[in-house]
Parts: sequence; structure tokens; C-alpha cells
Amino acid sequence: MTATLCEHRPSGVDAIRSARKRNSRRTRIVIPSLAVAVVGLFMVSVLLGSFTVTIPDFFRLLGGAEIPGATFIVMEHKLPRAVIAVLIGVAFGVSGTIFQTMLRNPLASPDIIGISYGASASAVFAIVVFGAAGATVSIAALVGALVVAAAIYALSRRGGVAGYRLILVGIGFAAIMTAVVNYLMTRTDVTTAQEALVWVTGSLNSSNWSRVSILGASLVLLLPIATALSRNLRGLEMGDDAAAGLGVPVERSRLGLILVGVALAAVATAAAGPVAFIAFLSGPIARRALGGKASLTAAAMVGALIVLAADFVAANMIPNVSLPVGVITGAMGAPFLLWLLVSTNRNGTAG
Amino acid sequence: MAIAPHTKRDPHADTLTIPSSPAAQDEAVSPVSPAGPAGPAVTTAPKAAGRSTRRSHNGLKLAAAVVVLLIFCAASLAFGARATSIDVVIEALTNFDPSNGDHAVVRARIPRTITGLCVGIALGLAGAAMQGVARNPLADPGILGVNSGAALAVVFAIYFLGVTNLTGYIWFAFLGAAVAAIIVYAIASLGREGATPVKLALAGAALSAGLASLMNAVLVSSKKTLDEFRFWQVGSISGRDWDLILPVIPFLAAGVVITMFTGRILNGLSLGDDVARGLGQKVGLTRAITAVGIVILCGGATAMAGPIAFVGLVIPHMVRTICGPDYRWILPFSAVAAPLLVIGADVVGRVILPPSEIPAGIMTALVGAPVFIWLVRRRKLVSL
Repeated sequence: MTATLCEHRPSGVDAIRSARKRNSRRTRIVIPSLAVAVVGLFMVSVLLGSFTVTIPDFFRLLGGAEIPGATFIVMEHKLPRAVIAVLIGVAFGVSGTIFQTMLRNPLASPDIIGISYGASASAVFAIVVFGAAGATVSIAALVGALVVAAAIYALSRRGGVAGYRLILVGIGFAAIMTAVVNYLMTRTDVTTAQEALVWVTGSLNSSNWSRVSILGASLVLLLPIATALSRNLRGLEMGDDAAAGLGVPVERSRLGLILVGVALAAVATAAAGPVAFIAFLSGPIARRALGGKASLTAAAMVGALIVLAADFVAANMIPNVSLPVGVITGAMGAPFLLWLLVSTNRNGTAG
Repeated sequence: MAIAPHTKRDPHADTLTIPSSPAAQDEAVSPVSPAGPAGPAVTTAPKAAGRSTRRSHNGLKLAAAVVVLLIFCAASLAFGARATSIDVVIEALTNFDPSNGDHAVVRARIPRTITGLCVGIALGLAGAAMQGVARNPLADPGILGVNSGAALAVVFAIYFLGVTNLTGYIWFAFLGAAVAAIIVYAIASLGREGATPVKLALAGAALSAGLASLMNAVLVSSKKTLDEFRFWQVGSISGRDWDLILPVIPFLAAGVVITMFTGRILNGLSLGDDVARGLGQKVGLTRAITAVGIVILCGGATAMAGPIAFVGLVIPHMVRTICGPDYRWILPFSAVAAPLLVIGADVVGRVILPPSEIPAGIMTALVGAPVFIWLVRRRKLVSL
């Protein structure tokens, strides 16, 4: 009896070991290929489109050479736009994954739980009431996002923040903020209303280097913190009690993760508006690509991919019309999410 | 509310000696065993008494709510840019004098009050039934894609067909709402375990966002469409004429009839599909029937007033704290409480910022959301 058990044990260990190996092999394949795809799409969006640049010309431009016509379009328009696309994709992807994993609910991304709506309401208020534009709107959005996030956190705190309560309070705030935005849109002339709508949809049309530097600096600060905290995230994913049992300081790490997640979503929203669906989608797509493992790195790259692809389509789909990128992310994202839902249902693994 | 558990907990409290509300005094008639603590009857008697007190309590509370609703309706007729006294309102209704300006004002407020009443009843019932059928406390016409379906259809009507009046929007809104709801339900039903709560909510959120994007694509490129649409989008019950109200009323009536009698079904479903099946329910069929009622109600309400946020979500939760978890009570209570909120919000919106008016759709969110947040904070939400 014991002999047979002993004989069987190695094969069980082997099975686990080979499964683990398969998983890590998958990670080793998926993450570099995502990185390659991001770089490829980045080059495509800079080089192709309404204005085409050859690769040698592009490197000469980077080196500081003056090519009449091309210098301005590439250096002042296309390049900052592509860089912003990558940066907000990374920020939204990481932020969304943090919330979804921590609260164990795919609905709990910043676009659903009210933070983006806070930014929208504040920005639209600035546009409509004060006639603000450019950086002022970004600052208003940032402040709005942070204030609403703080209010949501404070109101959902009651002897610790329960994930469910946080989502519900966030939905309450989202309703108020949406009402404010819709009301403000009726209280102004139609041109301003349209300007506000473009902002609310999320657009990269007003990207420039100063935005790149602000957003880049914020990410340099925030991403290492997110990486450091992601260890605790894996514990929280198993539920508060299990996490506490594993020695994770539940309340403290949750507060830290919320702060980082909110800050990431807020700086990205300030730079480009609340681009729909990136935070919502990146996490689930990355998780699926990795075979069920949550990974901030993969989610960040998926986020960047989505924004780059969507912006390329938005800028070039209709000649001479540059649609806001948010239109495309929403229109592409919805069917994808539905497909995700349906295909998981087939396997019978969905909740 | 506190009384029923009180009697249950303390079998010695014979004949409810400390009634805390006038309603409770009437209650003393119903038997809470003056027999006192004697014999085996004690263990069952307080329980049965608790149940019957709750039932007649709920009846009284419902009656009180109806009275409050009538008062709100009267207020809706009286208040506004030109306030009139209650006497004038009654006079205008019973003995209308066309030459009297006040009477004309009151008359002009009737359609708006009726709209508020219809929309409120529809949204309240639909919200309660939706939360029961989806077993999801977040279920709401807004979250399940109905509002965005209606909105996209209206944008389509404005942009492609040049429709520019509220009556013209009705059927587009109705159709859009119904199609969106059917798509969400169909997608969520795919797969082995059918339309589970999480799948419904996810499918609804996904579809909403997708439709909103299509809508925005049109709106950012067409100023004319945006100019029409932004006023529909806020959701309002003012400026609705009889030719907009009357065609929708038969649909709403059908929806009310279907939904109002699903209380027993929803009670079964709230125990989980397996238990409901064990109790002899045809889960798929009953769910589908309720869903039809919900779609008709939501579509009708949105066709009448545009997307009115939050009523369907917040009212059932508030009602549950008053009447308990029994859907046979939740449904009628929601049908009374929701028009209270809509009409109340509309009246407040009329007087809060004169001379301009804040539309009811904005006010319901501004009033409803804080209440909702307070509820979420105050207690563990009654789980479904």
C-alpha cells in the first residue's frame, strides 16, 4: 500500500512541476511578444497614417535633423501622441488591474466605480463654467478625480473598506457625476458642449511634449510603488481572511493599492480624458493571455496596445476627421468583452 | 418596522404594551397571545403573530405611502414658477374656469404630474423585478443596457431621419430599449448555467459602453444632433403632452399587470435557481415572463421621459428596509415609492433654482444617490 503511494507521489509532483513550467514558459513567451507588439504598433502609428515617414528619416529626425514638413508633424504631433498613447495605456491598464484584482470583481475598474466620472464632471465644469482649455482642464480633472476618490474611500470606510461597499458607493458617485455632466451640457452653447463631449469621450488630439513630461514623471514615480505593492495584491486576491492568514497587512496594503490605483487613473485621465474601457479590459485580456494569472506587466502592455491600435484607427478611419480615441476603444472593447464573456461561458467557467 | 422582530424576540411582551407608532396600536387587535408564557403554544404563537403583524403593518404603511403620494401629486400641481394654493388646485380640477389664469397653470401641470406618476411606477416596478430576477442588487435599467439602447436609437432617429420632437422619439426609444435588453439577456444566457447575475451585469455594462461609443461618434461629428439630443439625455418629465403620454400608457399598463404579480416567482428565485426549481417553478419560463414585463416598463418609461437614472436602483433598496424581503410587498411598495421620488424630485427641481428648472432626471440622481450611499453605509445591504 505504502509502496504504491510512494510510487505514485513522484508522478504527482512531476505533474505539478510540469504545469508550473508550462505556466512560466507561457509567461516567458507572452510578455516579450506583447512588448514586440507594442513597439511595432508604436512605430506604425508614428510612421504611417495621414503622413508617411520612412524609417531612416525617422531616426534622422530623432537625431535632430531638420526635414521640412516632416519635422513638425512627426516631432510635435505624431511622436508625443504615440508616447501619450503608450503612457495612458500603461497607467489605465495597471490601475484597472489593481482594482479588479484587489476587489475581486471585474466590474471594479476606475471607469465603473466613479473615479473617471469625478474627473469628467470637474473638467466639464471647468470647460463650461470658466471656459477653461488645455492645462487648466487637466488640472481640474486631476483634482476632481482625487477628490471623488477620497470621498468614495471615506464614505465606504466603516471598520475597514469592504470591496462591495466601495463599488456600490462608487456607483452612487458615478450617477451624481453623470447627472452633473449631462446638466452642464444643456446649460451652454452647443460648441462648448461638443468640446466638453470630446473631452469626456477621451481624446489624444491635444497631446504635446509638456503633457508627456508630466505624465511620464508621474509614472516614473508611481509604477515602482505599484510593482512593490503587487506582492500583497496576490494575497488580497485570495480574499481578506486568507490574505491576513498569509501575513499580508490587509488594511494597509489595500489603502496603498487604492492610492496608487487612483493616482494612476487620475494622471492618465488628466492627460487624455477618461478613455473608455482600457482599465476595464486590459486586466481580463492579460489574464487570459497568461492562462489565468494576474500580471501588472502584461496588463500594462495590453493597455498600451489597445490605446495605440484604437488611436491609429480613430485618426485614420475617416479621412480628414480625427475621432476621439475613446469612441474606438468603446466600440472595439464592447464586442471583445462580450466575446470574452461568451467564450468563457462555453467552457462553463464563468461566474 | 422594529415592532415585528420585537414581538418575536420577546414572548413575554403580551399585547404589545409599548407600541412605538400609531400603526402599532391598531395592531394590538391582532393576537399576540394574551395567553402569556404557558404551554407549547408559546413557541409558535409569537412567530405567527409576528408574521401577521408584519403583514397588516405593511398594509398600513402602504396606505400611508399612497396618501403621501397623493399629497406630492397635489404639490406638483400647485408649485412652480407660478405657485397656486391647494384650494385653487382643487377648484381647477373640479370646477375649471378657462378665463382664470391660475386654473390654466394648474391644468398645464397635469400632464407633467401624470408623466411623473407613470414613469415612477414603471421604473420602480422594473427595478424591483430586475433585482429579483437577476438576483443582483445592482440591477438597474441603466446598468443592464436599456437606457443606452434607447439613447442610441434616439440619436439614430435624430441624425439619420431628422426626427426632432419628443413624440417622434417614443418608438425609437422603445425599440432601442427592447433590443438592448434582449441582446444583454441573450448574451448572458449563453453557456451552461444560463443568465447568472454576474454575466447579466457584465453583458449590460459592456453593451452600454459600446453603444455609448457609437453614440459619441455621431455626437462629436454632428453639432445639430448633439443640440437636440443633449436635452433629451438629461431625462425630464416636463413638456410632455398628451399625445406623448397616451400612446405609451397601454404598454405601461400591460407591464404593470405582468410584473405586479411576479412576487411569488421572485421570492422563489431569490432562494436560488435550484431551490426555486425544487419548489416546482419553471425557472427559465418565469424568468422570461418577468423579463418581458421589465423590458416593457423600462422601454415605456424611457420613451416618455428619457433616461431617468437611479430610481430603479435605489427605490427597491429603500423599500426593503421598510417592508422586508418579501417581493409580494416590495413590488407594490416600489410602485408607490418610485413616483414619490420622481415627482418629489421634479417639484424640488422646479423651485430650487428659479427661474430655471432642473430636470427630474438630474434631481433623481442628486437626491437618490446620497440616499443610496447612506443606505450602503448604514447597513449590510439585504442580500438577494
